[in-house]
Amino acid sequence: MTASDLALLNERFEYLTARDSADHSAVNCPADKLIELCTALRDEFGYDMLIDVTAVDWDAQSPRFTGIYHFLSTAKHEYLRVAVDCPDDIHPALPSLCALYAAANWHERETYDLMGIRYEGHPNLRRILMWDEYPYHPLRKDFPLAGIEVPLPAADVAEQTGAAVIAAPMMGGPFVSSGDGPMSQTEPRARDESWTEKKEKPTD
Amino acid sequence: MDQKTLAYDSKVEGEVIVTQADAVINWIRKHSVWPMPMGLACCAIELMAAGGSRFDISRFGMEVMRFSPRQADCMIVAGTVTYKMAEVVRRIYEQMGDPKWVVAMGACASTGGMYRSYATMQGVDRIIPVDVYVSGCPPRPEALLDAMIKLQDKIGRESAVRNLTAPTASKRAAVPVLAGSGKER
Repeated sequence: MTASDLALLNERFEYLTARDSADHSAVNCPADKLIELCTALRDEFGYDMLIDVTAVDWDAQSPRFTGIYHFLSTAKHEYLRVAVDCPDDIHPALPSLCALYAAANWHERETYDLMGIRYEGHPNLRRILMWDEYPYHPLRKDFPLAGIEVPLPAADVAEQTGAAVIAAPMMGGPFVSSGDGPMSQTEPRARDESWTEKKEKPTD
Repeated sequence: MDQKTLAYDSKVEGEVIVTQADAVINWIRKHSVWPMPMGLACCAIELMAAGGSRFDISRFGMEVMRFSPRQADCMIVAGTVTYKMAEVVRRIYEQMGDPKWVVAMGACASTGGMYRSYATMQGVDRIIPVDVYVSGCPPRPEALLDAMIKLQDKIGRESAVRNLTAPTASKRAAVPVLAGSGKER
């Protein structure tokens, strides 16, 4: 976004605040003003494409969840990032952009699925990646990397096979690169390879 | 075929070949494996390559890939099995007629691979019985061919009627209710 555009935006919408950014222009916007801002962005400022909808979980902070939107102006080839704090930390919710941008539909479903942010006004707010009955939102900070044990989505398969959704055996993982150096020596490895699924982790 | 079954001398035995039922049945089976390509991720690309002219899986008598489980007897699970997809894999496996075999192609299908994750089944052998595991991420087509040849060896060694005995009630899935079934003829 050009500096003049950003100045115009800030002048017109006095509730916008500046947001630190390493790449594109970015603004903070309150949740109740999001629709108003995005309508103007689309119709008057030329941001005709919604590139991404995601969210950040700040864990112990409040506000805990921040919704992030990336817009692109296909005429100006400029990106704009809009960050919106969710007012409620326990039941985070944001207004849906589905009526403005068709692209918001699946993106908001994904963010709802993995982060648990409800998008008010979404026409079909169901999980998109995990199965409908899955009880957690896996990208939240309080969700363990390995997962949590729950029944398989198909009850008959679970009954026949005894299989279940298990906490994945981490085997000394997570599997991370040791850092700098030639790639041949810094491939991702478990930090502690002394135990496996079959051989129990040694107790101290 | 086994060494012993090749002891055939046309001068002595004329046009009669004496062998064992197992040897004949297995010989037929192992040279007409019809794979069901259960392509779930990038391994399926290597599976396609194995079916192409460069690697030419038909040299070994297993090129008739069928996308209908009813027409296949070897499921090649090529790729990451998510918990959401597990039900489908199991259902398709059940729809294949006996005798049937399973090849777990690649690290993901064998063990979950690099996906130590809340969403990925840690090995397809948790829901269906696997005959041959192929390592690699993804395995090269030669590795799949080697696995299929190993599967042929395994078919050649098993009792031919093993799969024909009636499964126990607990293992057999409920017969699916098909559209139009149960109507008066």
